[in-house]
Amino acid sequence: MEERKLICINCPMGCMLTVAMEKGAIVSIEGNTCKRGETYAGKELTNPTRIVTSTVKVTGGREPMVSVKTKADIPKGKVMECVRALKNVTAKAPIRIGDVILEDAAGTGVNIVATKAVEREE
Amino acid sequence: MENYDIVVIGGGPAGLAAAASARKSGIERIVILERDKELGGILNQCIHNGFGLHTFKEELTGPEYAGRFIDQIRELDIEYRLNTMVMEISPQKIVTAMNRVDGLFEIQAKAVILAMGCRERPRGALNIPGYRPAGIFSAGTAQRLVNMEGYLPGREVVILGSGDIGLIMARRMTLEGAKVKVVAELMPYSGGLKRNIVQCLDDYGIPLKLSHTVVDIQGKERLTGITLAEVDAEGRPVLGREEFYSCDTLLLSVGLIPENELSVGMGVELNPVTSGARVNESLETNIDGVFACGNVLHVHDLVDFVSEEAAAAGKNAALYVQRTDPAKPDVRPEAGERGGLEDGTGAGERAEADDRTTAGARTGQTGESDLGICITAGDGVRYTVPETVRVRHMADRLTVRFRVGNVYKNCYVSVFFDENRVLRRKRPVAAPGEMEELVLTKEQLMRYPELETITVKIEEE
Amino acid sequence: MYDHDVIIIGGGVSGCAAARELSRYKVDVCVLEKEEDVCCGTSKANSGIVHAGYDAPAGSLKAEMNLRGNEMMERLSEELDIPFIRNGSLVLCMNEKDMSKLEALYDRGIANGVKGLQILDKEAVLKKEPNVSKDVYAALYAPTGGIVCPFELNIALAENACMNGVRFHFQTEVQKIERQEEGYKLSTDKGDFSARYVVNAAGVYADQFHNMVSADKIHITARRGDYCLLDKSAGNHVRSTIFTLPGEFGKGILAAPTAHGNLILGPTAIDIEDKEGTNTTRDGLSQVLDKAGMSVSNLPMRQVITSFAGLRAHEDGEEFIIEEVSDAPGFIDCAGIESPGLTSAPAIGRRIAGILKERMGLIEKEDFIPTRKGILKPETLTREERARLIRENPAYGNIICRCEMITEGEIIDAIRRPLGARSLDGVKRRTRAGMGRCQSGFCSPRTMEILAREWKVDVREITKSGKASFIVTGTNKDIF
Repeated sequence: MEERKLICINCPMGCMLTVAMEKGAIVSIEGNTCKRGETYAGKELTNPTRIVTSTVKVTGGREPMVSVKTKADIPKGKVMECVRALKNVTAKAPIRIGDVILEDAAGTGVNIVATKAVEREE
Repeated sequence: MENYDIVVIGGGPAGLAAAASARKSGIERIVILERDKELGGILNQCIHNGFGLHTFKEELTGPEYAGRFIDQIRELDIEYRLNTMVMEISPQKIVTAMNRVDGLFEIQAKAVILAMGCRERPRGALNIPGYRPAGIFSAGTAQRLVNMEGYLPGREVVILGSGDIGLIMARRMTLEGAKVKVVAELMPYSGGLKRNIVQCLDDYGIPLKLSHTVVDIQGKERLTGITLAEVDAEGRPVLGREEFYSCDTLLLSVGLIPENELSVGMGVELNPVTSGARVNESLETNIDGVFACGNVLHVHDLVDFVSEEAAAAGKNAALYVQRTDPAKPDVRPEAGERGGLEDGTGAGERAEADDRTTAGARTGQTGESDLGICITAGDGVRYTVPETVRVRHMADRLTVRFRVGNVYKNCYVSVFFDENRVLRRKRPVAAPGEMEELVLTKEQLMRYPELETITVKIEEE
Repeated sequence: MYDHDVIIIGGGVSGCAAARELSRYKVDVCVLEKEEDVCCGTSKANSGIVHAGYDAPAGSLKAEMNLRGNEMMERLSEELDIPFIRNGSLVLCMNEKDMSKLEALYDRGIANGVKGLQILDKEAVLKKEPNVSKDVYAALYAPTGGIVCPFELNIALAENACMNGVRFHFQTEVQKIERQEEGYKLSTDKGDFSARYVVNAAGVYADQFHNMVSADKIHITARRGDYCLLDKSAGNHVRSTIFTLPGEFGKGILAAPTAHGNLILGPTAIDIEDKEGTNTTRDGLSQVLDKAGMSVSNLPMRQVITSFAGLRAHEDGEEFIIEEVSDAPGFIDCAGIESPGLTSAPAIGRRIAGILKERMGLIEKEDFIPTRKGILKPETLTREERARLIRENPAYGNIICRCEMITEGEIIDAIRRPLGARSLDGVKRRTRAGMGRCQSGFCSPRTMEILAREWKVDVREITKSGKASFIVTGTNKDIF
């Protein structure tokens, strides 16, 4: 039996999780305060994922940049590719929170959405 | 001169929550004065996720979290003025402010809510020796440049200080094309949240060097490198094993200082530990009708707690306005009926009304001054907010926030009413980077009519 | 044929004082400065003290320049609209056995012609300055001691010279000086310049230029001094300039308010080889804090907002050299200008102009403009005036630097005026934007934006202080 320790990142509590694993399968998870900790540990040890936040350029807006995020978490290994995919993306003002800025980022099936409203330049 | 019931200084998370709460408590004439070009404060540049789990039960980015509150401000039709710098507040609560459109103007406020936030500690405060080239930024300045303006401050980065902004910026700079070589931390533990160490450093293989500091800065025009040295238990560099890192950028995430120049100017007393105002259970400062909340009161770790604290300050400011308004003599029972706040503090008004007789009795018994019971920071606790509690003014439940002075494992947070321990709560881990809280109930306090001092301390096993 | 009648090497306070004095006359003058702005060397990093004049030996040029400079400062500050305060100075004597040294200083001051000197006993010192160490035994009080903003003095002299026709060439570094049949050829990284007369006001480099034209060599050592600057909340800790009895390398560590209400502590004195070695050191900074702490009690060390180091141009002969070089006709040295150089600057400028006036037979201009208006400081206005100003120009209603409360209007003024600011440091020295307790953390992105807009360049071109001191290195994801 293998014991893995990790810190839950779902919320700022940062619970210390102790996971017992047997042949790549999770046997038990301890230390979590909520169900999310359990889910996280399972995922982090088998298929780790991350929400990615970044910025893209804005055209015709009051701000030069708009902040964006992946609508859902994506595989950890895809993070850099996802960011690179945003390099030449521009968003046209007006932009509302939740507007899709890029579809299917880096083949993850996850959209990139705006996290900030940008009004049109007067 | 203009007249308002409540003037909120600052339109960041604290100011927004305070204003919304005050409006929901029945105050009409509220104005928020914000120095930036938009509401939201520092959240606008905190584009990472992790905000709002407590408040909205979902994980938001900074701008999204701010957006929720900005929407509320609009729905509640609360007035705000942008690009407006408050120059001065008089002890009589005359606020002098300035902007391009209105010029220089004065507002007489019945109550003032201080919500100015904090600023970053600069290099000079650390006395780091060396040259003074371009390429040295406080982490927040770099964050603004990258996240709001799209400029990369540098290519090869060393970060001093493992506070949350430093950790977050390590990841941000990496994802925008910079190489972060190391994060150095003076203390033997990180000042940031664990999740940020995992997600911002470990994910990208960025080393964290605890008990290290920058002892030299090289470069005459642009930074060319820095020297790190380990520090001893007293924080003094151990010379002889220094390590040079070539880099063009040094980010400093070495502490936040509540921005209290306006408060001091109007005569608000500060706590030297927090550099924030000394407040009572109503988050009211030593000046009647002047309240403080958010990072200007004490530096928080989570914005959710800022919002919660600010809502309480807004509510209490509203009560103050209603209580002191001669035109509304019966306001308190009415306000009690109104209740209905989502944050649950609505009950406080009823409780307060109920308590009047008790409070009178207390005064009769003990000669309690209006200052109330002291809450003191005992062993292992650096400070508490609030520092005093007046039972007759408190809601049913009072959240006391504090920070510990060291990393404690398997410790107990204990509360003493004078000599008696009334609470002993086990904590697997407590660290200076994370704010702690506990709740005092009115019922509990009323059982100790002679109580003079409440002590919060950390007890180790 | 020569490009100019007079070339001044160096846009420090001495060079600019000379330029301004020369601009009274019908003469073609230009200043060559290797940095992107005036006031970038020794003149930018010093105590800002206007010395009373008891330090230099009687009969020395230093003593004469100090006294005259001090006397000229009042009128100059009015003409140039710069802050100057006669806050008085105290030299502390910590024990009875050093009284003879204090008395010697008093005697020297009297011999030098310093007015109003008094020796105060402990009680009188503490009454005057309650925060002076209780260990004080007595002090020499000089009511004529003062403080001035070194940046504003230097910049105002340059602006006024510029208004009166002096040309300034920045980022122009003199590399070689060759004697011509008559006059000199100066090779720079921006091409050749020539002039009949040269004023060598090159600070720590003045020996190099002198030695290019003279067989009689001089030698200047860069003497580094570390300083700590405290927030304005500590500015009232002392009102006078507090010195200790002078040691081997200078006047020791002082504590003084600055002309803008901060508290300054320093300098150390360490001789170094590197003429650009303006790095502070751990030892230096702790020496500043320790020693200042011995003369002044309860220093609020938590209020330190920045530290810096400056280099004094110390010549081996320990004397100012302000004269035509004997074996290089038309080459005027202004070398070895260490303390009290800032105080002496007005007199030094006049002396240099005097030498050239006599040498060249200069005639005064009828249209010399002696006054220069400083950057309008809204904080000095009444509320009504300020409100009117914002109505007329809304940029004065937009605060950019929130620590020092500096408006966009002031920054634009600093950029658009003669010899206007091109860098963050240029704006800072003219307006104080970025000089406050957050040390430009908040305002630098905004000031960069204004600089880029006004100079019509990309933000990436904006520097901290010229050359390669770029603030940002690229844009997001540009290397992907």
